Amino acid sequence: MNQEMPMPKYLLLKHYRGGPDQHRPYPPMDQWDPADVEAHRAFQHHVIELLEERGEYVDARALTPSRTWVRYGGPDAAPVTTDGPHPETSDLVAGWLMIDVESHERAVEVAAHVSSEPGPGGEPLYEWIDVREVMWERPQTTDAV
Amino acid sequence: MIGEPSLDEGALRALVPRVLAGLVRRGEDFDAAEDALQEALLEALRVWPEHPPDDPRAWLTSVATRRLVDARRSEAARARREETVQAEPPPGAAEEHDDTLFLLFRCCHPDLAPASQVALTLRAVGGLTTREIADAFYVPEATMAQRISRAKRALRGRRLDRPGDLAVVLRVLYLVYTAGHAGRVDLAREAIRLARQLTLATDEPEARGLLALLLLSHARLPARFDSEGRIVTLDRQDRSLWDAREIVEGVRVLQSALAVGRPGRYQIEAAIAALHDDAASAEETDWPQILAWYDDLLALSDDPVRRDPAAVLGRAVAVGHVLGAAAGLDETDRLREVLGERHRWHAVRGHLHELGGDLAAAADDYAEAARRATSVAERDHLIRRAARARAGG
Repeated sequence: MNQEMPMPKYLLLKHYRGGPDQHRPYPPMDQWDPADVEAHRAFQHHVIELLEERGEYVDARALTPSRTWVRYGGPDAAPVTTDGPHPETSDLVAGWLMIDVESHERAVEVAAHVSSEPGPGGEPLYEWIDVREVMWERPQTTDAV
Repeated sequence: MIGEPSLDEGALRALVPRVLAGLVRRGEDFDAAEDALQEALLEALRVWPEHPPDDPRAWLTSVATRRLVDARRSEAARARREETVQAEPPPGAAEEHDDTLFLLFRCCHPDLAPASQVALTLRAVGGLTTREIADAFYVPEATMAQRISRAKRALRGRRLDRPGDLAVVLRVLYLVYTAGHAGRVDLAREAIRLARQLTLATDEPEARGLLALLLLSHARLPARFDSEGRIVTLDRQDRSLWDAREIVEGVRVLQSALAVGRPGRYQIEAAIAALHDDAASAEETDWPQILAWYDDLLALSDDPVRRDPAAVLGRAVAVGHVLGAAAGLDETDRLREVLGERHRWHAVRGHLHELGGDLAAAADDYAEAARRATSVAERDHLIRRAARARAGG
């Protein structure tokens, strides 16, 4: 018998850029009304509180937009760095929310809720959220094929 | 709770369901009693290594009772004591084994989500701390604490004296087993311990079937990974590494279950595991007999493809070994709609193609399975199988 684990983990990724076209284009946050910025932040805290209360929260982090691509430079050479092939357009992750939920459906539900966060004028942002399943790290106790 | 040499952890944990059931039967609220016992348990871990109690059970009961009294006092002081309906203790004598069953039914209440059933069972019956359970599932301790208290809230006010659903208890223990080993907590062993307790509490042959299945599967654990942690499939395992004692016990438990004459899915799966364990080499595996058991397993459901696709997939492998790879692949076709998105379906097809000598098709299936795998070890294993098949076996 091979049952799936009851609680898969998912990473809900937010992007500074990349992904599908914005459903409803909105300006960068620094051009919002300060009250809208506050409402946006308050909503995010609220989402985390809800997840904690439901026993689904694992982790949440934000990333700065600055990026350095690094690769091995070869023997006895310094690492090679660049800010990317197309620094203005390439996909850029802004942060993540990790959750431990009973199903993929629940992960999608959480992502949709996150995406409903208020933007300018209190309207939902309809931001695209990238939902990814986290692989299980431990050895299995049943035989693999 | 490991690492304190002077503390007999097993003995302490075995007391947990007895003390908890005692408190609940006395009329304490399950939720509050469980919290109080958890605190008593943490205190025991701190105090006992230096000052072992004369009567551990009485010690835990009295410390938990003190906590309950304290909690009630502070609640009263906050003047928001709601009137609670005290649960009726069930009729009959409070036997030790009944305690386990009584608590398992409660923790595995069908209304709870599987993850909550697992967490609550590990705490209230297994005697693990919230921190240990959180570590085992790689979530923050606060998250696990919330999950447990939510589950207990959902159970609040429900009657305790109705018979529970044994099938759910069995599934929960199986889930605990599959969660395996993480850090300091060996959930596979914990599941075997709980299943053993369950067999003392009920004569149901399926409980023994589950225990047998866990033992017969756990017996192969030492051979399931090589020294680098890579997965070794059954046909390549070093059978001298299998735990002969667990196999002997598993077979004995299984025989006593089958003797009752009421087979069920766990007994049947245990019988299949026993046939694998019984073969001195992969070539000597009694596939016709395994196939016959799979036929019985499928016969338990009126729509096995939808209700038990994992069994149909397992049977397809047996069909491949008995009737040939093409027949096995035909069997998997029936599952395309249900399991076609899952890595295991592709992995089985890879295996069957390999069995039939079509290495190119096998490699493609393994590669597809690897793309869909949800565990790192399995993904790496499937990539290696794909590479091996591409290189010609």
